[in-house]
Amino acid sequence: MDKVIIAENLTLGYTPNETIINKASFAIDASSFVFITGASGSGKSTLLKSMYGALRPQHGSLITGGVEMRDISTKKLNFLRRHLGIVFQDYKLIKEWTIEKNVMLPLIISGYEKDICESQVEKLLAHVKLSHQAGKYPMELSGGEQQRVAMARALAHNPILILADEPTGNLDNYSSQVIWNLLEGANQQLKTTVVVVTHHIPEQMSVDYKHFHIEYGNVYEVT
Amino acid sequence: MKSLKNHLSLIIALATILFTLQIFTIVERSLSSYETHLSDDYSLIIVASTALEPKEIAGIDSMIASSEAISPDRILDEFKEDLHGTNLELLKTTLPKFYRIRLRHFPTPEELSQLSGHLMKHPQITRVENFAKNHDMVYTLLYLFKNVITVFAIAIFAVTALLIVKELRIWQFQHSERMNIMALFGAPVWLRSAVLYRLAIVDALAASLLVNGIFFAIIENGWVASQLESIGISADLYRITPDSLILFAVALGISLILATLIVTGHREEA
Repeated sequence: MDKVIIAENLTLGYTPNETIINKASFAIDASSFVFITGASGSGKSTLLKSMYGALRPQHGSLITGGVEMRDISTKKLNFLRRHLGIVFQDYKLIKEWTIEKNVMLPLIISGYEKDICESQVEKLLAHVKLSHQAGKYPMELSGGEQQRVAMARALAHNPILILADEPTGNLDNYSSQVIWNLLEGANQQLKTTVVVVTHHIPEQMSVDYKHFHIEYGNVYEVT
Repeated sequence: MKSLKNHLSLIIALATILFTLQIFTIVERSLSSYETHLSDDYSLIIVASTALEPKEIAGIDSMIASSEAISPDRILDEFKEDLHGTNLELLKTTLPKFYRIRLRHFPTPEELSQLSGHLMKHPQITRVENFAKNHDMVYTLLYLFKNVITVFAIAIFAVTALLIVKELRIWQFQHSERMNIMALFGAPVWLRSAVLYRLAIVDALAASLLVNGIFFAIIENGWVASQLESIGISADLYRITPDSLILFAVALGISLILATLIVTGHREEA
């Protein structure tokens, strides 16, 4: 089975003297659904950041989508990111853009024609049940709605991999369930690999998933 | 509303710089016109023992624009009744020759002193009247005025530069979030900064339109021009095509530098 992420002796930290993830080795299969858990400050988000190139490995190797992240050039990183969908706890929507334009962002970056962008955005907003909010701005939406917009944006360009950092951390139960359904749907229907960093794995998951846990800088698979 | 406020703060800062620049240009033009006016009015008187040709006088110093002989007839007319005709003719031939000298530009006190020295070196010239006291006072006033305007312009530029730096920080904060988000989705630098450059161009255009509008209204009104004309200054306060282009170029230059500083100074958050 193809691997979307391969880490070998991966060491991460924000300063040379600091080690947050210590010599981690693991692999994530294509089309799989993966949870990464751990206590606060254990390095879950740090590990996720390294997967989309916001943090470079100090030692060891990390390959995302076939690209070595350690010495990746800006050009290659931009190219890789155009094939990733990233979801954040704080949504990271562009405040001064409408919902429609926010969802369109990955399509604009990938250089799609305007009419293709518009029809894709229309479908996605219908999928996340926010068609009626298309012309609004992020601040006019609830937290749950904003995260659905972020999900629609992450799915817009049919990414090979979705990386979600505490996607339901700020949401109520109903909104959280909607987000989990969307992530499961992307994995099951589109065969997109999904990696989710979270405190708690939801009890009722309809997909088979892998579970990695981080403790004291070590990453190990929970079986 | 917040976005409009941010636009306005840069437009006002840019417009202040442009306004100061145009005022400085106007003052420079007015002073230059006034200098020409003073130069036209100002002349030296020289006294020579024999008649001198204008070409000979002009060859003494490159500052000399022209010379003309002052006729003694007006003075001799006063003696007409007391002196016999032949005596009057004799007096006329023995009188020294007076010349009025006009200069190419209004001289500095140093230039004036140097010119007087050159004139006095000529064997036929016995006296030079340069009205130095009066000239030096006018020149000092003009020089002082120029300096005051320069200091004033530098002070306004400095204050406005501080405003622009403050604006830079606001823009950095305001745009870095959007640029970070776009970077997370793989946007190249030109696409991330496109909005910023568009804003910079729009703000530069707005500021230059505002300032050009103000100066256009001033020349259309004519009050300032009439005031200056009343003291003999007829300078072009505002030359529509070159001035508007210069103002737009300056505004665009400043705002593009500002945008480029933000783009080059932007670091993706880890």
